[in-house]
Amino acid sequence: MATVELTFTALPAHVRTARLVATAVARRSGVDESLLDEVRLAVGEACSRAVEGHQLYCPAEPVRLALTDLAGRFEVEVTDTCAPGARSPGGPGTVADPAGGWMAGADAGVPAGLGIAVIEGLADDVQISETPAGTSIRMSWPLAGADR
Amino acid sequence: MDLKLDHHSKDGIEIVDVEGEIDVYTAPRLRELLIELVNSRFYQLVVNMEKVEFLDSTGLGVLVGGLKRVRAHDGSLDLVCTQERILKIFRITGLTKVFGIHDTVDEAIAARRAEK
Repeated sequence: MATVELTFTALPAHVRTARLVATAVARRSGVDESLLDEVRLAVGEACSRAVEGHQLYCPAEPVRLALTDLAGRFEVEVTDTCAPGARSPGGPGTVADPAGGWMAGADAGVPAGLGIAVIEGLADDVQISETPAGTSIRMSWPLAGADR
Repeated sequence: MDLKLDHHSKDGIEIVDVEGEIDVYTAPRLRELLIELVNSRFYQLVVNMEKVEFLDSTGLGVLVGGLKRVRAHDGSLDLVCTQERILKIFRITGLTKVFGIHDTVDEAIAARRAEK
């Protein structure tokens, strides 16, 4: 069972709340202060990606965030319920880029997969799994004093 | 905290002061301001990010979109940022090679003048 579990309506305004909760639980669980910015940013990226996907494909469904303090690590899991079949081709991270990438257009938004790339650059352990129900991003950080 | 945006002219360059958090919720406001400035023919921009507390990939996308817009008019978009937590995301994404990133607004203006 997760230490703290949060579900929220898939709206951009709630991503900040998710970040704040994740950072507070990480701090309380014993994640080193120097890693809290990484936790905050990675959780924000994962939740933003989930919200954008939900808004496109399943706006009525909530996004789920589970925070678990387990065996010397702080684990975060962000789960969306956008079935892979409903997404545009290209796998995780493709939903947020209607403009087509970095300098593709004057309104170029987030490039495909950038959020995922940022997460992978921040968390030292990331697992992305697609199930028939949607995508789960699981990432973890060591707790202070635990063996890495 | 929420996002605060302001802008003023200095030495012929439009300085955009950004304060707070740039994320999936607030980034559209920054995008609108940059578009508004370009539409008002401000093509030399410096975005001062010294008071930015949080920046995610959505915010990066808006800055890149702004850069694309000013470059279409032979303009420039430079950044002012010394905060390690913000610079880190530019490094992770390789965007330190795309933007001129300076320590102060005056330094950004001087660098822009030197290139002219």
